[in-house]
Amino acid sequence: MKFIIAIIKPFKLDEVREALAAIGVAGMTVTEVKGFGRQKGQTEIYRGAEYTTNMLPKVKLEIAVAEGLAAQAVETIQQTAGTQSIGDGKIFVLDIASAMRIRTGETGDTAL
Amino acid sequence: MLQTTFRTGLRSSRNIGAFAATAFAASSAFAQDVAEAASPIAAPPVEAAAEVAAVANPGNNAFMMMATILVLLMILPGLALFYGGLTRSKNMLSTLTQVGGAASLAMLIWVMWGYSTAFGPEGNAFFSWGNLFLSGVTPDSTAATFSDEVISEYVFVSFQMTFAAITAALVVGATVERIKFSAVMLFTAIWLTIVYFPIAHMVWAEGGLLFDMGALDFAGGTVVHINAGVSALVLAMFLGKRKGYPTEPMPPHSLVMTMIGTGLLWVGWFGFNAGSELEADGTAGLAMINTFVATAAGALTWMLMERFAGHKGSALGFCSGVIAGLVAVTPAAGNSGPFGAIVLGILASVVAYFAVAKLKAKLGYDDALDVFGIHGVAGIVGAIGTGIVYQPGLGGPGDGSVAMGEQVVIQIIAVAVAIAWAAIGTAIVAVIVKALTGLRVSEDVEREGLDIGEHGERAYN
Repeated sequence: MKFIIAIIKPFKLDEVREALAAIGVAGMTVTEVKGFGRQKGQTEIYRGAEYTTNMLPKVKLEIAVAEGLAAQAVETIQQTAGTQSIGDGKIFVLDIASAMRIRTGETGDTAL
Repeated sequence: MLQTTFRTGLRSSRNIGAFAATAFAASSAFAQDVAEAASPIAAPPVEAAAEVAAVANPGNNAFMMMATILVLLMILPGLALFYGGLTRSKNMLSTLTQVGGAASLAMLIWVMWGYSTAFGPEGNAFFSWGNLFLSGVTPDSTAATFSDEVISEYVFVSFQMTFAAITAALVVGATVERIKFSAVMLFTAIWLTIVYFPIAHMVWAEGGLLFDMGALDFAGGTVVHINAGVSALVLAMFLGKRKGYPTEPMPPHSLVMTMIGTGLLWVGWFGFNAGSELEADGTAGLAMINTFVATAAGALTWMLMERFAGHKGSALGFCSGVIAGLVAVTPAAGNSGPFGAIVLGILASVVAYFAVAKLKAKLGYDDALDVFGIHGVAGIVGAIGTGIVYQPGLGGPGDGSVAMGEQVVIQIIAVAVAIAWAAIGTAIVAVIVKALTGLRVSEDVEREGLDIGEHGERAYN
């Protein structure tokens, strides 16, 4: 089992969600987050006064998938979330030690 | 010269007492005459006016009641939302409450001694007296307009009341996010008494210093905007900068609300400007069109200035330009042609932009919502510019009896008197209020926000 964490641009969320559902990803957790990478931030100007915003709004997806689906899921996210411009985000893949569905007590791949 | 003072501003109701007395004596003896005088065809000239009571024309009265309510719309919700949106969310309610509190207190003080101090039957060049607590005002008493028409005195009292209320509320904008509510209230009470009422008397009442000099101020460029702007700056300097200013970012928390407030201000300003004619006539129409075009010019100019400075044309830039244009056209509303008004709107927007974007940063004062930068500065541009655009050669309604240079000098003197009076007066008030209330909230309250610290409630839950 693999755990995929993807930080993407907020307006790409629906597109990514639909593409992942199409390849068989059953669920995901979405969080609105703020952060920065190479994009650094942006400048806002109010009545001539400049404010530099260091943190930009992003969306964080957390997805647990079976071993066999992981590579395809990462590729799907990369293709749908990309705009070819700075600030498109990052994808991290981790190993999952175990998983359990709380309602039934199922474990392993069947719990996802 | 007579013609010049004719459109100078709001004429006082100086002779109301005498008028009313004559009216009562006349009403029984000359009942026939009264009936004739009331019909519009009879309209007897000067000597008859001394014999019978003038009756308010319902059309003008209705217009003035509308105008008065429009100025209230400018205060609540207009100015409150305009200012509220510009503050940080932790100080939103505090800002709304300060605007509402100052305006409400001003209304009560106006009927107690404000009207008397500004437009009383007795008086000198600086203030008046003689009708405290509206003594002598009845539903039948009238106030003079600029022709032989009159309006009901209660309507005139109410109209002028809204001016005192909005001016007091305007000052608050420079001091939000750090001033105590008690300080705002005490400041309002004393400031109105020693600064606003005398300036209103000087500019608008017959016998007032600047009125007699021939200074032009149609709807309050000097009385409202220069006065509020300068007073706001002085009070802000007494108060000191907000914690973290200017290193910590303090962006407006809701430009949407600021835009709503801007719209309401623009709408309400028609009451302010067109209403200052006191009659629904052609000059009121002139004030109306000027209030449209000067404002539009100001709004777009500010956005252009942002482009020239290498930024993007912004919503706040639009709102700021709207206010600059409105302020600039206020003294000129009925004293300029539409194209003179457009020029004033453009000019005021350019100068106010530099005041806000450059001058403020350079001098380092914390005029939180740019009351001085926009109202004060655009007010000064408008007041002086009125002396120029008034001339008939430039499309203004003046008759040319006063040369442009002479009129501009009069305007500059009026501006200088208003600045000096407002600055010195406000400094005196600030010292008193500081001694009695401490002026400023504690550091903890300022950090946590005045909503919780001063009022125990939160704007957003």
